[in-house]
Amino acid sequence: MRAVPGRPEGFALVTGASRGIGAAIALALASDGWPVAINYRSDATGAERVLSEIEQRGGRAICLQADVTERGRAQELIREAEGQLGPLLVLVNNAGVRADELALNISDEQWDTVLATNLSAAFELTRQALRPMIRARFGRVINIASVVGPRANPGQANYAAAKAGLIGMTKTIAVEVARRGVTVNAIAPGLIETEMTAGLPDRLLAAIPARRAGTPEEVAACARFLASEQACYVTGSTIFVDGGLSA
Amino acid sequence: MSTAATEEQVEQVVVEALASFGAERDSISREATLESLDIDSLDLAELSQIVEEKFGIELKGSDVAEVKTVGDAISLILERAA
Repeated sequence: MRAVPGRPEGFALVTGASRGIGAAIALALASDGWPVAINYRSDATGAERVLSEIEQRGGRAICLQADVTERGRAQELIREAEGQLGPLLVLVNNAGVRADELALNISDEQWDTVLATNLSAAFELTRQALRPMIRARFGRVINIASVVGPRANPGQANYAAAKAGLIGMTKTIAVEVARRGVTVNAIAPGLIETEMTAGLPDRLLAAIPARRAGTPEEVAACARFLASEQACYVTGSTIFVDGGLSA
Repeated sequence: MSTAATEEQVEQVVVEALASFGAERDSISREATLESLDIDSLDLAELSQIVEEKFGIELKGSDVAEVKTVGDAISLILERAA
């Protein structure tokens, strides 16, 4: 039997980890023994809360404020974290924003903001993160995409473009680095109960075969698997965590 | 900042790197083409990284794209180190 390659020492960086799906992923990875860098843009209180919960459970984490859309910030952020936690081996590109509007009414700013955070920042972080991962012959990039992108959702042309872009990027980078033990996958959550999805119409629930919204923990369970040594042969995939919505 | 690198040191680092990428050690010579050693663009990207770590020399993708043989790679690094 072929052995599952072991996990070298390193840490996980989760962007947008002060709340919602990002926070749940940070907690899940920490409980698997990963030291976690909790990145946040503005919610310092939320990030501190995640940090103390990880520490209470005996894990190790740090909080790092950074707007990931700032040019050059990705490299600084990774260096800052590496100074404290060793090489970056798991990157979870979770930071995301919405600016919903019918395509007819989407402003330049709404388009640019959504693409910058949900797609360009993920690329920039991935490009930087691949360096230590390739050298370590181990790495996990997990991109939090969405069912929106693979599927239509009126009012979210910008979001759909960014998330579909993320899935395309995931596949290509996965193929480029596969033989270095680095996997790149996407998770496509459906409707998940978070602050970001608050206020979405109830009619959406009727369209979900499971007849309920998902939880951040259900998405985090998937991320935890993808980050594990056992997932070493899963790459370039998009895993839907959506209660059957896209089936 | 670049550290002074001797030709011998550079050659050793390049040979070690290529071998770690899967090139057969006996086939690695200055005249050997990267293609014949089955060294591709990902390997070259990692070689650039190793060179940066060891000698503090930054190689651009466009420079590396011109490299055809092991000897070309060594010369390029020495040129940048000078």
